[in-house]
Amino acid sequence: MSFDVATLRKEFPTLQQEVDGRRLVYLDSAASSQTPRRVLDAMDEYYEHLRANVERGVYRISEQATARYERARTRLADFVGAPSPDGVVFTKNVTEAMNLVAYSWVRRQLGPGDALLTTEMEHHANFVPWWHAAQEVGFELRSIPITDAFELDLDAARELMADGNVRFLAVTHVSNVLGTINPLEDLIAMAREANPEVVVTVDGAQAVPHLPVDVAGLDCDFYGVTVHKMCGPTGLGALIAKPEQLEAMPPFLTGGSMILDVSLDQVTWNHAPHRFEAGTPPIAEAFGLEAACDFLDELGMANVRAHEEALVGTFVEALTAAEGVTVYGPTDPSKRSGAISFAVDGVHPHDLGAMLDGYGVCIRVGHHCAKPLMRTLGVNATARASLYLYNDTDDLAPLLDGIAEARSFFAR
Amino acid sequence: MSMEDLYQEIILDHYRKPHNRAPTLDDEDVHVHHSNPLCGDEMDLRIRVDDDGTLDQVVFDGEGCSISQASASAMTIAVAGRELKDALELAEDFRLMMHGEEPTRLDDLQDGIAFQGVARFPVRVKCALLGWMALRDAIETYERGASAHSVTYDD
Repeated sequence: MSFDVATLRKEFPTLQQEVDGRRLVYLDSAASSQTPRRVLDAMDEYYEHLRANVERGVYRISEQATARYERARTRLADFVGAPSPDGVVFTKNVTEAMNLVAYSWVRRQLGPGDALLTTEMEHHANFVPWWHAAQEVGFELRSIPITDAFELDLDAARELMADGNVRFLAVTHVSNVLGTINPLEDLIAMAREANPEVVVTVDGAQAVPHLPVDVAGLDCDFYGVTVHKMCGPTGLGALIAKPEQLEAMPPFLTGGSMILDVSLDQVTWNHAPHRFEAGTPPIAEAFGLEAACDFLDELGMANVRAHEEALVGTFVEALTAAEGVTVYGPTDPSKRSGAISFAVDGVHPHDLGAMLDGYGVCIRVGHHCAKPLMRTLGVNATARASLYLYNDTDDLAPLLDGIAEARSFFAR
Repeated sequence: MSMEDLYQEIILDHYRKPHNRAPTLDDEDVHVHHSNPLCGDEMDLRIRVDDDGTLDQVVFDGEGCSISQASASAMTIAVAGRELKDALELAEDFRLMMHGEEPTRLDDLQDGIAFQGVARFPVRVKCALLGWMALRDAIETYERGASAHSVTYDD
């Protein structure tokens, strides 16, 4: 680890707050991360100096805003190792990115006799769009189960692909519930062996903020990114794609700025990626994204990962050892990211969340938008503490104290 | 707002030792299942109605947080022996209390009155209401002449 967390925290205004006289302990970055000052400053710069629409103005501040908006695209492409900046489509979030693929690729390319393979550990964003499309156009939806070690069952995956009918694979890079880092290289190679034409979509929401990611190296066709989990603002995400895939796809949302020409009886679509960005985009948020990428690269994503790997090891070990606590996820820190789901014996997750809030500790409780996985785990809900670069070992004691207090409160 | 406002001792007592919690009810007239997909709460509520049109017994079962389980437990006691219409009115009094109004039937609500503080925790109001709304549904289902009904909340 080559950064000092105490110094780093000073860059995050929200983390300076106290709750009932206690330090705010934020353990919910898998839901949304905090934002450093420089990202807020970058967005202010847009509103204070360059406030104009993009891709259409002929005056200076609009041209400058457009240049910065496009620079953010290039910056994100560089940050995630996209095949090309032309393969970066800005969306609202991963949900919209996956819907774009579901409407402009899956619904047009798949039909009866085809299979789409997903997994039991998906966030609804990487499941419901495919389920909905399957209902409407009639392809088969298959799902890779998880093992007792909370990893994808690759033997089962191989069997599910064996008939060669899997034309589309949708898998998350990192589970938002279990923290599992999936072996994408192996899985994608396996899928391409079973069907060389398979199209692969990866949900990167929980990976890009936490790991060095090289989308081109993964050889996937589509990769979803969300900005609010990587120190950036809400309201912005991206679909990273092979440019040749995008160029062959019809638009998803239509309207302003996604056209080259419109007459009363003819419309010519714009080129990708602009074809997929209808209407005025989130401009200030793109400014914030660029600053967030700079912030993370200054820290170094390998350093961020090393910090989190060490920290998640400490947290998982302590939680596993705590009385009455069951952790759902891999125990080996090299195989997992910082989202730690757990149950506390005798305490419902909602009661635990309310109790921890009394200690200034923020965790997520519920089904984490992963109800198929909740069913596999045999629970209605879990508690989830999730770590990020501004968390440290001093966040562990308030969590453990709160859990112990909740146990004695509800069990006595 | 403190945890003690939310988790009154009466509430904890009902949570730790729930009344009328059972997976079945002999000679049940109605069984309703209510679920809240957002928090994963599930509730099965069963009622038996006497020939004279009063609630003979109410039992519940399911999974949920302490507030939802304790509130259902307190409810089963408060409504037992009441005429169906009267039980519906009491459920309405409780519902209004959860939305910040002063209850008019403090004595009749019995331990249900301990949940008044939950109204200050908006995300937990639906937990306290789950059992009472299941009761209302069970009575309305009975009055329709049906014996089972299932409800999934979407907010």
